Amino acid sequence: MERAIGRRHILAGAGMAALAAPGIARAQGEPIRIGEINSYSAQPAFLQPYRNAWTLAQEQVNAAGGINGRRIETVFRDDAGRPEDAVRLAGELVNAEKVTLLAGGFLSNVGLALGDFANQNKKLFVASEPLTDALVWSKGNRYTFRLRASTYMQSAMLVEEAAKLPVKRWATVAPNYEYGQSAVRWFKELLGRARPDVQFVAEQFPALGRIDAGATVQALAAANPEAIFNVTFGADLTNFVRQGSTRGLFERRRVVSLLTGEPEYLDPLGDEAPEGWIVTGYPWEQIDTPAHTPFREAYRRRWNDYPRLGSVVGYDTVMAIAALLKKSPSLETEGLVDGMAGLQFQSVLGPVQFRAIDHQSTMGAFVGRTVLKNGKGAMADWRYADGKDYLPADDVVRTLRPQA
Amino acid sequence: MATLEVTGLEKSFGGVRAVQGVSFSVAPGEMLALIGPNGAGKSTCFNMLNGQLRPDAGAVRLLGQDITGLAPRQVWRLGVGRTFQITATFGSMTVLENVQMALLSHHRRLGGLWRPVARMDAAPARALLERLGMADQAARPCGILAYGDLKRVELAIALANEPKLLLMDEPTAGMAPQERVSLMALTAQIARESGIAVLFTEHDMDVVFSHADRILVLDRGRLIAKGAPAVVRADPRVREVYLGSGAVTGAH
Amino acid sequence: MENLVLQALSGLASASSLFLVASGLTVIFGVSRVVNFAHGSFYMLGAYLAYTLVTHLPRGHLGFWGGVIGAAVLVGLIGLAVEMLLLRRIYRAPELFQLLATFGVVLIVQELTQMIWGAQDLLGPRAPGLRGSAEILGLRFPLYELFLIGVGPVVLGLLVLLFRRTRWGTLVRAATQDREMVGALGVNQRMLFTSVFFLGSLLAGLGGALQLPRESVNLHMDLSIITEAFVVVVVGGLGSLTGAALAALLIGELHAFGILIVPKITLVLVFLVMALVLVVRPHGLLGKPEAAARGGQGSAEPVIGPAPAALRWLALAALGLAVVVPPFLGDYAISVLTELATAVLFAASLHLIMGPGGMASFGHAAYFGLGAYGAALAAQWLGAPMLAGLALAPLAAGVFGLVFGYFCVRLSGVYAAMLTLAFAQIAWSVAFQWVEVTGGDNGILGVWPDAWAAPKLVFYYLALALCLGATLLLRRVVHAPFGYALRAQRDSALRAEAIGIDAFRIRWLGFALAAAAAGIAGGLFAYGKGSVFPTYMGIPRSVDALLMVLLGGVQTLSGPIIGALAFTGLQEQLVRLTDLWRLILGAVIVLLVLFFPQGLAGATRARWEARHGDA
Repeated sequence: MERAIGRRHILAGAGMAALAAPGIARAQGEPIRIGEINSYSAQPAFLQPYRNAWTLAQEQVNAAGGINGRRIETVFRDDAGRPEDAVRLAGELVNAEKVTLLAGGFLSNVGLALGDFANQNKKLFVASEPLTDALVWSKGNRYTFRLRASTYMQSAMLVEEAAKLPVKRWATVAPNYEYGQSAVRWFKELLGRARPDVQFVAEQFPALGRIDAGATVQALAAANPEAIFNVTFGADLTNFVRQGSTRGLFERRRVVSLLTGEPEYLDPLGDEAPEGWIVTGYPWEQIDTPAHTPFREAYRRRWNDYPRLGSVVGYDTVMAIAALLKKSPSLETEGLVDGMAGLQFQSVLGPVQFRAIDHQSTMGAFVGRTVLKNGKGAMADWRYADGKDYLPADDVVRTLRPQA
Repeated sequence: MATLEVTGLEKSFGGVRAVQGVSFSVAPGEMLALIGPNGAGKSTCFNMLNGQLRPDAGAVRLLGQDITGLAPRQVWRLGVGRTFQITATFGSMTVLENVQMALLSHHRRLGGLWRPVARMDAAPARALLERLGMADQAARPCGILAYGDLKRVELAIALANEPKLLLMDEPTAGMAPQERVSLMALTAQIARESGIAVLFTEHDMDVVFSHADRILVLDRGRLIAKGAPAVVRADPRVREVYLGSGAVTGAH
Repeated sequence: MENLVLQALSGLASASSLFLVASGLTVIFGVSRVVNFAHGSFYMLGAYLAYTLVTHLPRGHLGFWGGVIGAAVLVGLIGLAVEMLLLRRIYRAPELFQLLATFGVVLIVQELTQMIWGAQDLLGPRAPGLRGSAEILGLRFPLYELFLIGVGPVVLGLLVLLFRRTRWGTLVRAATQDREMVGALGVNQRMLFTSVFFLGSLLAGLGGALQLPRESVNLHMDLSIITEAFVVVVVGGLGSLTGAALAALLIGELHAFGILIVPKITLVLVFLVMALVLVVRPHGLLGKPEAAARGGQGSAEPVIGPAPAALRWLALAALGLAVVVPPFLGDYAISVLTELATAVLFAASLHLIMGPGGMASFGHAAYFGLGAYGAALAAQWLGAPMLAGLALAPLAAGVFGLVFGYFCVRLSGVYAAMLTLAFAQIAWSVAFQWVEVTGGDNGILGVWPDAWAAPKLVFYYLALALCLGATLLLRRVVHAPFGYALRAQRDSALRAEAIGIDAFRIRWLGFALAAAAAGIAGGLFAYGKGSVFPTYMGIPRSVDALLMVLLGGVQTLSGPIIGALAFTGLQEQLVRLTDLWRLILGAVIVLLVLFFPQGLAGATRARWEARHGDA
């Protein structure tokens, strides 16, 4: 597997270009630096494709003349999954590396720590991946924006489908941390609103990354639900699916599952990918839109690999930042923050806006059904669920978010 | 009044009666030896006196006060010093510090968090070492001391709380013959000067017969003889226990 | 009813898997007393190697089972190499020092595994002939799980035979029961250690390889298994195979049934079990009291004297720099220095109980975290000003130190250390799970210093003053009667008791004092970061503290200070310099272990004494 290019390579390349053509470099001015923090060593499966696409996007922006003639460059940092390290590195990027803005975050608590740092230090933070609702709602602040569709939004997309199912007895299984707990809470609340006749008969909360899959599957089966809402992902999902299929848990039961259609999590399942699950995900090979096709092909050419959802997130984070920088008269934070509120840009999934009301982007997700195709999992009957349709009404949002 | 008075001491391990019906007393300034073949119950008996073992029955009185079943550290507080068969000192401290620790504990100053030990109770500790001829070794770590010197350090530690009773388990084990005599002579001298009762076990019959005022002989958990050295030496049962070893005559 | 039977069977299958890994760990520990952190890495390597072998060998029984066995043997050989090249050279180092070396191996294996096999999870093929399921009481149960249920007892039986019926096994048992006897075995000792490492690693590899048809192969396997394996080993009793089997059974079944009643119990169950077992049975279910490692004199710890003049001048110069230079530094450098100051106090507090106290702690982060949470909760719920929060931090940590310490200090050696870990994990899970109060894993945000201390430089001086003050106080305590009493009970429990020292009380108070000091560090850390998360009490932070103390040298007072500066500084630099920081950090740790087996400060002192002819 090809590794992402390290930061030093990029900088070394930049340095050489500057040496070769000092005149041009001076004319272009100093590069604009972005500080990017993520849990690279802790979550490599998601973050390698993310970083590859980030690099691709940055190369494309620079090849197209950069930001009004100035190149952008990124200083990557690995927080190893510890929010306290992320905060230190944020300080380093802002104070020592003099970055213009911060971006990144995979784990929710890292995202929240960075958001709070941004608020305290008055620096723009564009959160790419962390899903927690708190990031833009209960702990939202002026300086923090988030690209990806949140836990609430993705749960709402699935509730829409779940409500149509002719089932009443539900069980849930979710990793035991904030993301899993919130997803289950929203799912229960929203589905209960849409379908007052449903009841939840069992819930399982395996520890993240340490699911005891056999016992968990058996415990769910014992409650004999008609449908299951799954939030596990990664290795937990793989183990859950294996034990579940062998034990017949998924037979004659509907399964609604968050993120399972993402190639990061679907592909490792190979020919054991479950069929007929209703999922959110990313059917990369089937999306042939003017925005997506060029991205997919460029990614393939650059990395000799297909894009994952992480790649979309990484790519679009750079594109959103580039769009912001292009329209901003200066690189001063307050101006950038003002520009970010309401910013529209063309994402590979379609047009996206960072809402002024809560700083959440309207990036959506694909909702569909899993099928087996050529011995591997894929999505069928999918549609793009635009994020703007799955957010609460503005007056509700105002109650969720502290108003300045 | 006797310093130590033991009556009807009993201890069993599993079905084995290690000590049965042992009674004796030690007077101030007296050197009392407890002897017997291996496995006779000497150590068990000893460990019941200072609280390391709890007796099944019987009583231990120190100056009339019942100390049966008290923890070793409580027994020590009442004035019982102890040395061990295999020396137990603090290897990471100097000789002087070892003695200081006993003094500080005696003065209940071990809770101190601020004043350095170096300046506490150093003079009396030095005086004790002087008395035992160890003053020139005061600054050396106990961890690297010769075995004979460690025995002296132990004695200094045992004397730190001005004990009324000294319990010495094989005080000369592992020492060279000349050292043994000088250590025991010193012990006897201190005991007489300060009126300390001394109870000791010993394998070396030379030491026993030349330094003990009285001797107790233990065999299979029972006292089979007691009295002045000459009396014990003449006792036929004692001869029987030590038959063939020739140990009772003092020859090797 | 049928469901309960199947639940029990599921528990058995997990227990069996767990036992395979734990058996290797307990055999290795029993003989060598090495706390082998790399055991989880061997487990992970077993799974990855099996994946490669099985997918490349021809399909069918031979290919699959051959691949599994081949992977186990390969891992055994890797373990053998680690023992011969690394651990063999440091058996004489202070207790637990080998832990540092094996942690270096963990880091290296993590990075290399990702380089070789990539980041994506791998799903191995199912076992031929065992793909489907059997019908039990009308319900379906996987054949492979049934097979696993059988593997555990078979391996246990084979190991018992090996240990009872062969001369080699007799030697291993003798060595496990009496550490001193190993030395008496003479020439066989090296071979014995090496062969035990081979066997133990092979079992870890087998455990990993057998997960192939069951679980995905991924980069988190090493750390997710290692704590549980240690828990099983300790609950069973160190060195006891039957004990490990019992403990695995206990944990497997409690887990299977526990989630039926309290689904969220998964987070903390194993640690609750361990805490309960150890409180009731201080040597695990079937363990025997360890023969006293420190027999009276022997290899005594060095005497602690006043610092030599040269060191005093050096320390003063460093302090001078720490005071004078920061105004000329950038904000980031100042925040790193602030963090270094807290790291120094954190390490120094652990050193008080590890060095003078003679008790290891695998859960010291609990008190760091409790200090941080004490301050943060006071700020969030009571609106306490910063100084009140900082005062509350050591109080909160100290009180919990008293409560947890009451149980921990009764135990000895690795048992005590693992009980501290159990309490730390219980505290961690409360912080993690009690979302309404602690914010759960999303933590508590907005714990920023009061306005007067908000400038980074002012906060730095505050942190420096408090951390340095507390560190010097701890140093002072070591030179004071209380510190001597701590060392006294460590050097000779017998003698300490015989001069009226209540060892339990001294250890208990020492533990609480160390906890309170860690709490100060945690409180400052919280205000420095502006937020508090459960990770503050997590295992990685406890391990960090251990590494700092061991790296610096547990036998010297300046050890934890040097260790904290070196470890934190190194990590901070490496993370900025390279993506491969784990590989390099691991390699540096391994090299330091090989060249400075007494730790950095210990080695410096040894050299100093050699030159100045100390007694």
